[in-house]
Amino acid sequence: MKAKRSILPTILFSLLSIAWMFPVFTVLMNSFKKKAYINREPFALPTAKTFVGLENYTEGLRKTHFFGAFGYSLFITVASVAVILICTAMCAWYISRVPNTFTKGVYLLCLFAMVVPFQMVMYPLSKITDILHLGNPIGIVLVYLGFGAGLAVFMFTGFMRGVPIEVEEAAMIDGCNPVQTFFRVVLPMLKPTLISVAILETMWIWNDYLLPVLVLDQKKYKTIPMVIQYLKGGYGSIDWGAMMAMLVFAIVPIIVFYISCQKYIIKGVAAGAVKG
Amino acid sequence: MQKSIKKYWPIFVLPTLVAFFIGFIAPFFTGVWLSFTKFTGTILDAQWVGLDNYAKIWGDDTFLHSLWFTAAFTVATVILINVLAYMVALLLTRGFRGTNVFRTVFFLPNLIGGIILGYIWQLIFNGVLANFGRTLTYSSTYGFWGLVILMCWQQIGYMMIIYIAGLQAIPGDLYEAAHMDGATRWQTLFRITLPMSMPSITICTFLTLTNSFKLFDQNLALTAGQPSNQSEMLALNIYNTFYSRTGWGGVGQAKAVIFFLLVGALAVAQNLITRRKEVQQ
Repeated sequence: MKAKRSILPTILFSLLSIAWMFPVFTVLMNSFKKKAYINREPFALPTAKTFVGLENYTEGLRKTHFFGAFGYSLFITVASVAVILICTAMCAWYISRVPNTFTKGVYLLCLFAMVVPFQMVMYPLSKITDILHLGNPIGIVLVYLGFGAGLAVFMFTGFMRGVPIEVEEAAMIDGCNPVQTFFRVVLPMLKPTLISVAILETMWIWNDYLLPVLVLDQKKYKTIPMVIQYLKGGYGSIDWGAMMAMLVFAIVPIIVFYISCQKYIIKGVAAGAVKG
Repeated sequence: MQKSIKKYWPIFVLPTLVAFFIGFIAPFFTGVWLSFTKFTGTILDAQWVGLDNYAKIWGDDTFLHSLWFTAAFTVATVILINVLAYMVALLLTRGFRGTNVFRTVFFLPNLIGGIILGYIWQLIFNGVLANFGRTLTYSSTYGFWGLVILMCWQQIGYMMIIYIAGLQAIPGDLYEAAHMDGATRWQTLFRITLPMSMPSITICTFLTLTNSFKLFDQNLALTAGQPSNQSEMLALNIYNTFYSRTGWGGVGQAKAVIFFLLVGALAVAQNLITRRKEVQQ
């Protein structure tokens, strides 16, 4: 079957893609305009009168310590995702290889946790983390492991069921203990699922706003979404200049990350959904 | 083998279990208990009040309003996002030049967090509405459709990726057979493509349904519930009950329990309905 190659859909979708990116361009453009002109005429290109150079950026940085927030966001995301991957993969392997009432119960609780909205636990959670002094970038990793465990255990167990047990048995007969077997034999086979889980959890934790607000000691630590929300002062008065500049700062790392891992992200999302 | 693994549970299961207990199990059950109590600031002074908190909810107009607002919003976004994402997926699997680039572009907004999205679109909407001398918080109708557009922009790309994966998994011989039997394009779409896509439709409706129903960040950043709580969704209403009304913590928690039950019921009902429509291959 040979479809005739038409250029029309390509043109149409190119226009649509440009429209799709329009909001991002608008923010970028406005980040170079004088505060007063941003809200009044957001779609006009900067002119000699409205152009302010990097003033919004320096103002935004003065108000927010954006780079500190970037560091905390990066640390919390990387550490949490790494911990989630290792701990939940191990847990899921145990669950699927030692079937008994206890592991079944853990698995069902994980399924249950996936449906429970954050509002249900947020208030007690913030009190419990206060009592346990988890309000710092290290403590929050534990909270993310707990709250992210549901989805991750679910996805890993789903995959584990399809992995032939013979390879692991062979490794054990050759003298590996379970820990060695897991890290040398099982973990390498998990790679596609590891990537899927890593991407889903990264997208969640990097952008998460409410959990860090409630758990972290806000005077000391802020993540990027917290910094952006902080720019909105009381009674909705927003410094739109600083806001535009910081939005650009917040979006650029995402775009860089996306372009460099694009293939994995799209594959990971598709694979993650099929199993779900 | 099972025996030798079994005694290694402190290494394999314990770390996740401890975190799961602190991050989920303990707060969940404390939350259920707190919904029957009255407390201030700390939860250590919580006193049992029975169903008082639940009774108070029904006298709280803002909660009922946010419930209807959320329900309407969920219906609108589930339909719009899934129909549009499916259409885009159908077009982008037809193999014309540049499909990969378009896929990449449509997916991008999904990586941007809700708070950031809220402020991006606040700028755009206020820019458009300024032509009519209004702002986004002039009426909750603007807030409603603003949130719908924002949500479509964010989620269409994600659902499109899932639909594309589903469409590509449909065996080609089905189409060949349909072609031989002289099926028209519409017949092929409704008799083959759509029924064969039911697994991905199940997943996407589930995701959009729960995402929309639980929406918080976008709501907070775009309108923050303005004007006067009229564009407030359930999650934000619960948050405000906890943190901007002193002494209402118990009521907030009771609302959260109801919210959880609603989300749970929706998830179960949706799964039952769409799974039944899936065809066996």
